[in-house]
Amino acid sequence: MNHWAFVGAAYAVTLAGTGGLALWAWRSMRRAEVAADSLRRDA
Amino acid sequence: MIHALANPTRFLKLARPLTPVLFWAGVALALFGAWAGLTQTPADYLQKESVRILYIHVPAAWLGMGGWTGVAGASLGYLIWRHPLAHIAARSIAPAGAVFAALCLITGSIWGRPTWGTWWEWDGRLTSMLLLFFVYIAYIALARADSDRGGDGRVPALFGVAGSVLLPIVRYSVVWWNTLHQGQSIGLTSSSIDGSMLWPLFFTIGGFTLLFAGVVLMRMRAMLATQKVEARLRRMAAR
Repeated sequence: MNHWAFVGAAYAVTLAGTGGLALWAWRSMRRAEVAADSLRRDA
Repeated sequence: MIHALANPTRFLKLARPLTPVLFWAGVALALFGAWAGLTQTPADYLQKESVRILYIHVPAAWLGMGGWTGVAGASLGYLIWRHPLAHIAARSIAPAGAVFAALCLITGSIWGRPTWGTWWEWDGRLTSMLLLFFVYIAYIALARADSDRGGDGRVPALFGVAGSVLLPIVRYSVVWWNTLHQGQSIGLTSSSIDGSMLWPLFFTIGGFTLLFAGVVLMRMRAMLATQKVEARLRRMAAR
């Protein structure tokens, strides 16, 4: 049994999971803060 | 300190510079720890190379459980002091905690196949961790439904506190039941893992924890900005 295949799969899943989480959190933060700033400027 | 930070303006003043610092420091530490765990430590005599999954599985388990401790603590804070920021904190921690609980289950399953010869076993630790993941999903759905209905957040907060009953079950499942999952190998003062294999784990635990904190701050900032937009739109509509 090639143990490295399991190690690689576990690290790839972790990278995808944390990367996806961080990207989602950052994009939603940017979108919300840009909307709040533009509304404040318009007011 | 907590009461001072409960003011959203004061909180944002601190959170804006802190978000990138926590996040990028976390990324750097986690990457270093993962690199060291993959290349600088010996393989285990029994588990061979698959022991390297330890360096990501343990931080994921720590944050899956730590995340719910945060949800429960913030929910309790909201129920006692009614600080809206505590409710926002609980809601912001939940998705990150759910992702790490899922990563704990997935990496554990991948680790189980070469080590135990099975992807899954309905033993105490695995089942209680799966339940914790479902509790996260239920909390996220409940908090969203409560927010959509214009609720005051008390129901999800009560759920957040009640869900903490699972934490000691996850923690002591390997003591209370004879499980396939190994018993506690890392304590506060001692460890059954040799130092030559253990040290990268501190980097990945520290790194993923900082990254987690950075993501939670991003979510809190997003929710505060969204609330600001909604409040302003309501005021404009009322004129």
